[in-house]
Amino acid sequence: MSDNYREPMLEMYKFETNQLIEQLEQLIISSEKSSCYSQEAINEIFRIMHTIKGSSAMMLFNGISTLAHSIEDLFFFLRESKPAKVDYIKLSDLILCCTDFIKEELSKIERGIEPDGDSGDLVNNIKTYLGDLKGVGGISASEKAASSEEKTADNKKQKYYITYSLNGDTVKTCFRAALYFDDGCEMENIRAFSVLHSLKDVAQDIMSEPSDIIENEESAQVIRENGFKMFFNSNSSFEDIEKILKETIFLKKLELEVVEKGEAAPAIKKKPIIDLESPKPVMPESAKPEREKEQAGKSTQQNIISVNVSKLDKLMDLVGELVISEAMVTSNPDLRGLSLDNFSKAANQLKKITSELQDIVMSIRMVPLSGTFHKMNRIVRDMCKKLNKDVELEILGEETEVDKNIIENISDPLMHLIRNSIDHGIETKEERKQKGKSAKGKITLEAKNEGGEVIIIVKDDGRGLNKDKILRKAIDNGLIQDTGKDISEREIFSMIFLPGFSTKENVTEFSGRGVGMDVVSNNIEKIGGIVNVDSTVDEGTTMTIRIPLTLAIIDGMNIRVANSTYTIPITSIKESFRIKENELITDPDGNEMIMVRGDCYPVIRIHRLFNINDSITNIHEGITIMVESEMNTVCLFADELLGEQQVVVKALPQYIKKVRGIAGCTLLGEGTISLILDIAAIVKNK
Amino acid sequence: MAQLMEEMELDREDSQRDKFLTFSLGKEFYGVEIRYVMEIIGIQPITEVPELPHYIKGIINLRGKIIPVMDVRLRFKKEANEYNDRTCIIVIEVRDVFIGLIVDAVSDVLDISSSDIVPPPEVNANSNNKYIKGIGKVGSDVKLLLDCEKLINDDDGQLLLNI
Repeated sequence: MSDNYREPMLEMYKFETNQLIEQLEQLIISSEKSSCYSQEAINEIFRIMHTIKGSSAMMLFNGISTLAHSIEDLFFFLRESKPAKVDYIKLSDLILCCTDFIKEELSKIERGIEPDGDSGDLVNNIKTYLGDLKGVGGISASEKAASSEEKTADNKKQKYYITYSLNGDTVKTCFRAALYFDDGCEMENIRAFSVLHSLKDVAQDIMSEPSDIIENEESAQVIRENGFKMFFNSNSSFEDIEKILKETIFLKKLELEVVEKGEAAPAIKKKPIIDLESPKPVMPESAKPEREKEQAGKSTQQNIISVNVSKLDKLMDLVGELVISEAMVTSNPDLRGLSLDNFSKAANQLKKITSELQDIVMSIRMVPLSGTFHKMNRIVRDMCKKLNKDVELEILGEETEVDKNIIENISDPLMHLIRNSIDHGIETKEERKQKGKSAKGKITLEAKNEGGEVIIIVKDDGRGLNKDKILRKAIDNGLIQDTGKDISEREIFSMIFLPGFSTKENVTEFSGRGVGMDVVSNNIEKIGGIVNVDSTVDEGTTMTIRIPLTLAIIDGMNIRVANSTYTIPITSIKESFRIKENELITDPDGNEMIMVRGDCYPVIRIHRLFNINDSITNIHEGITIMVESEMNTVCLFADELLGEQQVVVKALPQYIKKVRGIAGCTLLGEGTISLILDIAAIVKNK
Repeated sequence: MAQLMEEMELDREDSQRDKFLTFSLGKEFYGVEIRYVMEIIGIQPITEVPELPHYIKGIINLRGKIIPVMDVRLRFKKEANEYNDRTCIIVIEVRDVFIGLIVDAVSDVLDISSSDIVPPPEVNANSNNKYIKGIGKVGSDVKLLLDCEKLINDDDGQLLLNI
């Protein structure tokens, strides 16, 4: 039941909450850096937590909402009392722990599991901290039950918050409302809270019975039995109030009536719910600009809509089709040899529009890297604390945009690279001083566009890679054979990406298992990118990731083998040439090789690779294409080159799944299918 | 609106019940439930894909959608036949998987009520009989009714997935 009710809002909830949490982390980390929480930051955090609390309570995610509530309490105190001595470091740690908890819960929701994490410990930690701040002595977890006094204090604040938009003297009508919920709808207290929440804009001096709805689980039982009763003042009409209350989910019965002012007023006075006997002058001021800001935010948000990615994918597919059909029409074989002036004019116009359309569709899918980059702040912060290093993260070119698919795949590798830099690259403070560097290490994360590629650079000013050590380790671990041959610097550095490679003697929390870098190269490879490493001892290491701007449309070279057409991504082609019969070298196993400018490359005949009959077998009749992937180079032998073309990459049908050596397929102008060769796989399996 | 859609859906379901598209493979006539059939097209240029079982002839471009095609003759371990202008591809959809079935010729759509369908005789389990869901009687003729799900999701299908 509850699932059905959640379903339509879940997507939005996940999206919003994720964004808010990210925002929150940024705020905390930047506040921590300046080692003070500015008034704006506190207000902002307060607002974020309030939103999360409200929406989580609506979605019945209890753990999150109670936690958010206690953080809200804490920041409320900070905002109102402006305590002089605040342990900001502890505060940041505490809040970051809480965001971690919420993130964990969100990922559970993402996977379709009920978020069942218990935030009790964290809530207690926050309460203790708040207690310390207040100077009345905290309540430890064990004393929690005995802290009823504390609880009422909390209540006051909660009520107080709800009533913050009070403008007392213009109050006109006093209402009494009683709500009864459907039997068995569960969590009546949370629902009641959301009712209070929805009233807060129109009503003032809200008091309710039972009053301790969020803190006290038993209040749900009371509401179940006696209903949820409220008294409040409002300027709104009876109908408006009724309408708002009627929107309550699982509402069984609503009683609403106007009561005499005199009747309700003493009741309000008596109850300790409202903390407004001496309204603080700060309150309306601090509340007001916040609301205005919220409204301003809302009006600009109208310009942005969120779209389901699958719709964009579909649109992209359709535009791809359009480009192909355009080619089908304009280069139709029936038109060959005819001179049609008007037709070609019209065709050119069409071409222009379709290519523009294509550009726009692509740009829709582009997302700036800034979100991914800023996530790294958190990693740097956590690691610095744990390893007692001082590292500054510099972010350049965060506005660079890449395809959405790439964003998803780039986050993990970046995380591993940065961890690696901090753990292995940056030296300890003492070591840095000895070397005459500043104690503070520096990692630069940079993104830029270059041609059709995005380049992401992770650079540190640490100790650099030790070539000899890497080589020795690789040989010791049996990852490479000791051939005694000279291995280039680049090749040695790229060994750190081999699975199971680690120069660390001890496995630490952060690195040493030799898995991380393997993940890096795998993920980057998956999105068609490559990683290069450059390093100078004692000056630092630079990791350069090059990824194609988009995965969906590539520049390809079409080749023919017998009757089949294949497409090779242009980026992997180095050159093409014809080989003479006598240049071909065959080793005893029948492997063919060729010598080009002093280097020997294996020759792979596509017709042998894919068992194709009727193709050209004489090496001098066909064409040889030299392709490269991750420093390895092979020569592919095909019948002929058909020409270069932009192609829309399509996946092979699900039913066929994965074929070795084929990355996907594409439609050519005439509507025939061409298979896109997976150069990386072919090179690897040579 | 939703109700209307539902009714239409029901109608559609109803009008598709007991209807079978029949086609021939050599001398035998087969039938597939009409609800699986998306469309029937003539034989098309087929792009071969390496490393597939012999009965998957390759992939075709169906108005921008790439779908695999299966030669049903080869699937049933019959002799391969040259494709001609009577050869058809029946595009079926089974649980969101599109696949084309290459058959000798398509005949017509028949009503075979469930009372006229008898289970296939028990022969040894390894025979191709396992793709036959039932045997439909139409007048004096007999149609072999295919089990589409098994046809594409059988253990051989597993083999495919593991490539």
